[in-house]
Amino acid sequence: MRMSRSLSRSTFEDYLFPALMLVIAVASWELYVRVEHVPSFMLPAPSAIAKTLWQDWPTLRDSLIVTLSITCEALVAAVVGGVSLALLFHAWRPLERAFFPFAVVMQVTPVISIAPLLLVYLSSGAAVLVCAFLVAFFPILSNTALGLAAADHNLIELFELYGASRWKQLWLLRLPSALPYFLGGLRIGGGLSLIGAIVAEIAAGSAGSGSGLAYRIMESGFRLNIPRMFAALFLISITGIAIFVFFTILSWALLHRWHDSARTRET
Amino acid sequence: MPAEAGERAAPMLSEGGGGGVPLVSLRGVSKAFKSGTIALENVDLDIRDGELLTLLGPSGCGKSTVLRIVAGLTGSNSGEVKWRGQPSLGFVFQEPTLAPWSNVFDNVWLPMRLKGVSRSEAKQRVAEALASVGLTGFEKAYPRELSGGMKMRVSIARALVLKPALLLMDEPFAALDEITRAKLNDDLLKLRAQSGATIVFVTHSVYESVYLSTRIAVMGARPGRVVAEIEVDPLAHRDEDFRLSKYYAERAREASAALHLAMGGAPCA
Repeated sequence: MRMSRSLSRSTFEDYLFPALMLVIAVASWELYVRVEHVPSFMLPAPSAIAKTLWQDWPTLRDSLIVTLSITCEALVAAVVGGVSLALLFHAWRPLERAFFPFAVVMQVTPVISIAPLLLVYLSSGAAVLVCAFLVAFFPILSNTALGLAAADHNLIELFELYGASRWKQLWLLRLPSALPYFLGGLRIGGGLSLIGAIVAEIAAGSAGSGSGLAYRIMESGFRLNIPRMFAALFLISITGIAIFVFFTILSWALLHRWHDSARTRET
Repeated sequence: MPAEAGERAAPMLSEGGGGGVPLVSLRGVSKAFKSGTIALENVDLDIRDGELLTLLGPSGCGKSTVLRIVAGLTGSNSGEVKWRGQPSLGFVFQEPTLAPWSNVFDNVWLPMRLKGVSRSEAKQRVAEALASVGLTGFEKAYPRELSGGMKMRVSIARALVLKPALLLMDEPFAALDEITRAKLNDDLLKLRAQSGATIVFVTHSVYESVYLSTRIAVMGARPGRVVAEIEVDPLAHRDEDFRLSKYYAERAREASAALHLAMGGAPCA
């Protein structure tokens, strides 16, 4: 009896209560707009946003696909580039000393300040992709490099004791050790590549031929189509959440058997 | 057992030369760290077939360094380490040092895997090694699902899987609780009786060293050196009675006195 009661209470605390809060927040927003007769070009009601989302879905869907594909391409490039560079750094330390400053410069310079320059040199599509790549690249590089260096010292000695080749050491020791770090970098990089893509598209502005969600927001702003601005914004948030959830699940799937970060505490 | 007794006798008679060449012999081994600390000075030590030699000493006396030099994990500055035949050893660290991403089978398989033995070829040997430490049936478990004592057993199974001529153990049970430790000590003795393995065991516990060993090399610190060697009857049965015997108390007193002297007569820390 006690068990089932505490179980239902935790279900309430874990799921129902947060869901209820969300419903209350959206409902009060709706209520406020209706009661105060706020014009929709100031603040559209959630219902108006939903309606726009439904009506403009073909346009918004196309923009969503553009933004998603830029994000994915940039992320894949960042993973390939970041992991390869981390492996090169690991293989030959002087390379790390020589190249890390460049990577740091790329990281600390806000991408919004590089975007106009990139737009001078590249087509707007390529510039957006490069921006998204630049912001996602660094966390993946630095986390993977850290992970490769973080292998258990005694295990390294054990490998030496049995005369393991460098390749075997990499495959059986360094890469598994680096996996949790890499996945942490991927989770950060995934979110950042979306931000990079959006920021670059906004920087490209009217000069851009893009048709991603950020472009859709700006275009709707110019036309004072505020509900559509909100609808595009909503899709960006959903995309960000989806990326985060995807990598969280991926991390869990790969790590839950052995890594403490994915461990559920037993009480 | 009689064979073991015969082997024990051989090195004693061979001091003046002749047959029984030790498995490993260290002569005049010195080691200084880059910081300038002299870790070892002029260490002479023989490791004889079938014995369980403990290196007993305070922390910082270079016990682990001796082990690492024998294993070839670190070099010495002078002196020589001579193996009779090809070096063949297993190493057990202070921590279990298991790969957390691999299950028990894969962890024990690792040394064979590094030598190019496939999973299916290794199955028999891994099963034997796990049986010898009492972990049959745990092949699929991951290290974090195991207790500290069980992890250490996996570590020992891994060290034994290639059937090394020499097993080196660096304070393997130091981090375990008293009860687990006593159990593992008894199991190690059983393992040794079954396999006839030669073992070098590092410890800072006088009682552990007397209980386990056939010979104790007492080491002193600053610089690290062997200050005394104490023989313990290899045939005395190790059990609770042994712990309570006068013989055990005498050996422990002898070892404590040597340790005390090695530390400059200072009060025991």
